[in-house]
Amino acid sequence: MEVQMHKGNVVMNTATMAYRNLLKTVHNPDNFMDVVIQPVLFMLMFGYLFGGAIAGGVKAYLPTIVPGILIQTMLSAGTGSGAQIREDLDSGVFDRFKSLPMAHIAPLAGQLFADSLRLLIATVTSLTTGYLMGWRPAVGFGWIVVIGLLAIFTGWALSWIFALLGLLAKSAAAVQSVSLMTMLVLSFMSNAFVPLHSLTKPLRFIANLNPVTYVITAIRQILATGGWTHEALLVVVFDLVVVAVFAPLTVWAYDRN
Amino acid sequence: MTNMNAIEVSHLTKKFGDKTVVDDISFNVRPGEVFGLLGPNGAGKTTTLRMITTLLKADAGQVKIFGHDTVKEGRLARSMFGLTGQYASVDEDISARENLMIFARLNGLSRSDAKERTTELLKEFSLEDSADKALKNFSGGMRRRLDLAVSLITRPTLIFLDEPTTGLDPRTRTQMWTTIRELVKQGSTIVLTTQYLEEADQLADNLAIIDHGKLVRMGTPAELKREAGGSKLSFTVTQATQVAAAAKLLATQVTGAVRQTGQQLSVSLSKVAELTPILAALDQAKIMINHLSIQEPSLDDVFMNLTVGKN
Ligand SMILES: Nc1ncnc2c1ncn2[C@@H]1O[C@H](COP(=O)(O)OP(=O)(O)OP(=O)(O)O)[C@@H](O)[C@H]1O
Ligand SMILES: [Mg+2]
Repeated sequence: MEVQMHKGNVVMNTATMAYRNLLKTVHNPDNFMDVVIQPVLFMLMFGYLFGGAIAGGVKAYLPTIVPGILIQTMLSAGTGSGAQIREDLDSGVFDRFKSLPMAHIAPLAGQLFADSLRLLIATVTSLTTGYLMGWRPAVGFGWIVVIGLLAIFTGWALSWIFALLGLLAKSAAAVQSVSLMTMLVLSFMSNAFVPLHSLTKPLRFIANLNPVTYVITAIRQILATGGWTHEALLVVVFDLVVVAVFAPLTVWAYDRN
Repeated sequence: MTNMNAIEVSHLTKKFGDKTVVDDISFNVRPGEVFGLLGPNGAGKTTTLRMITTLLKADAGQVKIFGHDTVKEGRLARSMFGLTGQYASVDEDISARENLMIFARLNGLSRSDAKERTTELLKEFSLEDSADKALKNFSGGMRRRLDLAVSLITRPTLIFLDEPTTGLDPRTRTQMWTTIRELVKQGSTIVLTTQYLEEADQLADNLAIIDHGKLVRMGTPAELKREAGGSKLSFTVTQATQVAAAAKLLATQVTGAVRQTGQQLSVSLSKVAELTPILAALDQAKIMINHLSIQEPSLDDVFMNLTVGKN
């Protein structure tokens, strides 16, 4: 057989790299833990532990925590890309990628594409768990899809930040611990689990600065009103700004490696 | 084009911090030959190879692969070689077949070509039986074979192998040598690094010995061995009373110093042909000898003489 060499094609290379990352995830079910088990566990734990105390019942608490845990899961799924990128860079496989005549950016792009699938799985799991626990949003299915996409886009935008972290960090363990802390601070110092007015003044001040608060508010508003809001638009703009700032930085850090 | 070198390395230099790890190294590799980079641990072999294969930026110097500058025409240069690094560069979490498929696709093969080539390589490297198993269950030898198979997807005519047999048992090592010889027979040019002198002796047409980042000697294995002092003749004189006479006689026949240990005499020969007159003279003087041996110099001698050790 004659081997035909085609010119490396960014789209094709990226698709192959995304496929590789998905295969790795499929073969290694550990990689599903954060996107499948975590939202289920958190939804059950928070719902049944705090539902009564915070909202007077599980059912009444669900409209608060379904968006909260959805976004928290996005955050932790996003942190996964940073650790994965670091792990890849430290393994011999990356040398091989670099020595291939393929599009230079494909490994990074492939990773971020594969991540959006993980984000999709996380979103579906979170919302389904909420539904099984009795969450019945008043709006039509179309709006559920809209908030799902909003969450995924936000998670994806944030994964660029974590990817940058992964590229700059010394080890996968370092990325993991920094990411975990960031994730915990961002999700708990917000309105994800408790109403803002129940917070003390300094905490409320911090929560009001936290972008996660705005994302969750936007999602709750859509679910409550069944319509697009200014807040939702603000989130989209915020996500775009994050991508516009961090994508070039990430690519720069990637080139440097 | 006909006399073009496969690789031209000139004044390659790399510093990590203020430590010069590769120090002004230059050499050429001719098409079709096996070129060995030999050196102790930490000599700079891997670093040199990584610079040649564009994985690492050189601080100074230039590399041309089939005439193409690896910096200015990186992508073109990269399309001309296959690389098997010192540490397994295959994906642990996926199967051998998936590894080959993905790397074939990344190399630009169409899906059907990739499938065909994967099947071919699995067969060629006797990996068919474990093609769909996760690599975690692979032995070191299987991993190494897969690693090499991945480097050969595009049938590159230039192949870099960084310590291809380190950590392999003797049988697997011999198999790897056979594979490498097979590649040479098919016309490939091979650059390999090794710490094993025997391996360099067995495979390489040309050798560069590197120590502390410097290229200390270059030549064919035979040339380097000759430099280490030619063959060594030694024999034992049967009767103790004749030893002095034998030593005296030997000194008239050769230029090198005659060494005596008890009844044993030894001397360096510049060529094996010097042996006949020596034996004739001994015979004429009626000196009886036994335990005659001629020792070829080994690359070990060369290596020990040239490298300082303890990097
Ligand atoms: N990224 C790096 N940063 C700092 N020092 C490095 C780096 N890579 C290699 N070195 C140093 O450069 C020297 C040469 O390393 P290299 O890996 O090229 O040696 P080698 O000849 O391949 O050795 P071995 O036979 O052990 O594989 C070593 O002293 C090593 O510690
Ligand atoms: Mg090495």
